Amino acid sequence: MTARDRRAAWLHVAVLGGLLALQAVLPPFHHTMVARIMVLAAFAVGYNLLLGYTGLMSLGHAMFFAAGVYGAGLPVYYAGLGAGPAMALGTLAGVVLAALVGLLVLRTSGVAFLIVTMMFAQVFFLAALYFNPITGGDQGLVLTGRLPPVHLLGLELTAASPAVKYNVAWAVLAAGLLVAFGLVRSPAGRVLVAIRENEERTRMLGYNIFAYKWLAFVTAGGIAALAGAAYALLFSYVGATFASILYSIYPLLWTLMGGVGTTLGPLVGTGVMTYVVDVASGVTTSYLLVVGAVLVLLIMRLPAGVMGGVRHRWWRWLP
Amino acid sequence: MVAVAPVTLLRTEGLRRAFGGLQAVRGVNLDLAPGEIRAIIGPNGAGKTTLVGMISGRVAPSAGRVLFRGRDITRLPAHDRVMLGIVYTFQIMSIYRALPVFDNLALPVQRRLMRTALDRLALDPRAVARGVEAALERIGLQDAAAQPAGALPYGHQRLLDIAMALALDPEILILDEPTQGLAPDEIARLLGLIRHIASGVTIVLIEHNMQVVLEVAQRVTVMDAGRVLAEGTPAEIEANPDVQRVYLGQ
Repeated sequence: MTARDRRAAWLHVAVLGGLLALQAVLPPFHHTMVARIMVLAAFAVGYNLLLGYTGLMSLGHAMFFAAGVYGAGLPVYYAGLGAGPAMALGTLAGVVLAALVGLLVLRTSGVAFLIVTMMFAQVFFLAALYFNPITGGDQGLVLTGRLPPVHLLGLELTAASPAVKYNVAWAVLAAGLLVAFGLVRSPAGRVLVAIRENEERTRMLGYNIFAYKWLAFVTAGGIAALAGAAYALLFSYVGATFASILYSIYPLLWTLMGGVGTTLGPLVGTGVMTYVVDVASGVTTSYLLVVGAVLVLLIMRLPAGVMGGVRHRWWRWLP
Repeated sequence: MVAVAPVTLLRTEGLRRAFGGLQAVRGVNLDLAPGEIRAIIGPNGAGKTTLVGMISGRVAPSAGRVLFRGRDITRLPAHDRVMLGIVYTFQIMSIYRALPVFDNLALPVQRRLMRTALDRLALDPRAVARGVEAALERIGLQDAAAQPAGALPYGHQRLLDIAMALALDPEILILDEPTQGLAPDEIARLLGLIRHIASGVTIVLIEHNMQVVLEVAQRVTVMDAGRVLAEGTPAEIEANPDVQRVYLGQ
């Protein structure tokens, strides 16, 4: 590990440690809010592997989040599956879906890639509505009371408990960051950035571009599905909204806000946006106006996002 | 008397490529001997870049074959040909301008070090750093490792471009107009580098600068309108009336 890597690793440990400690002081409302942010931030961290590091702008990432939601939620609802296996199943569903969809959509690039990913996600969304009797369609299914508690070290853990929510959410974010950080600092991560910077040159340095893009796509899909599975179980709800275009735009927005191509940017972006929406909607019903104003301000003052600005001004070593 | 055929490293047989109605390359047979420096010259639009594109795998031929050490590689993807040792440097200089010089060189170095699929996720960073160090030394830019490549002077960027190709340990190095835009002293430095690498590497040089061609090439292939017009030593080519008519405009 170089000094630069060590410093970056410590920063991530400090951020995760800080979040873990935060639960001791947060009031109940913010407790749940931060738990939600951490799960959604994991979703964005995965998305950033595509947008920020590989230079692939997808508008269909919701399908992998939703694959996790349904992959974990439906077996719990219908078969009373336990939390652990449900999480594993949800993540696996996203990985398999990303592996297959990736083989097709990665044959395109640029604007075509944007459109094709969006269309695949729409197919998923419409399928979720079509199979309404099973999925509950846009009404969704409520999982409350159906998830059996987990017994660990003599403790009975239920998803309704705020402490369980918070710590599971934290673990999901930590896992997402660990995988993303590991990939970005690996030889493959260097290739992903090279593909973003100059795809043709990278091919002529002997790299199979398709294989590397696919690796990024599947990893991002897997992290999204892990987040989706956790979201469904922790907040006891499965619904087609999670497959809608909105949930494809969210990670894009959060990543742009926090800083494209920075490992911590998506966390910052998700946190800022979620709180802006929350505070603004408490003041006015036209809260989207406030969100829009914040975005305009951001683009004018910090075009590289919050963490991108931090890297540019102070911490050049930020991964 | 039986003529002994020279050993062929790379051979093209009847290579053709059409872009729509345009016949860019119309049946080119080329033999490259190991260790030679071969210049390919010809007017703009003669098909030089398309021809080397088919050799490196960037362009798929419409007809014909490419053989490397007797093996048919016509269908082999470009990135696999790089690992066989066929390396191409772009006509338009192609470095990662936004990335540090170190990363520019680490990319080819780590590619050479990757042997198994797992190496993609973990390589000894010291081995990569050593490889980068050696590559930097070759072009005398040891002090520039941390700089963004785009901040280097133009001539150094060109050297970096070639150093990236060399770090792949090529058997055949295709240089597409490497002297374009260089000052005379930089050209001299580049020629020194080319002669130095030629001790172990076969070089294919597309070049417009006749002075450069006459100085370094051992054999010259002249192309015109997608065909090979003439082939021979620089002296033979200079004296060839067809070449003078088409290429030198006399």
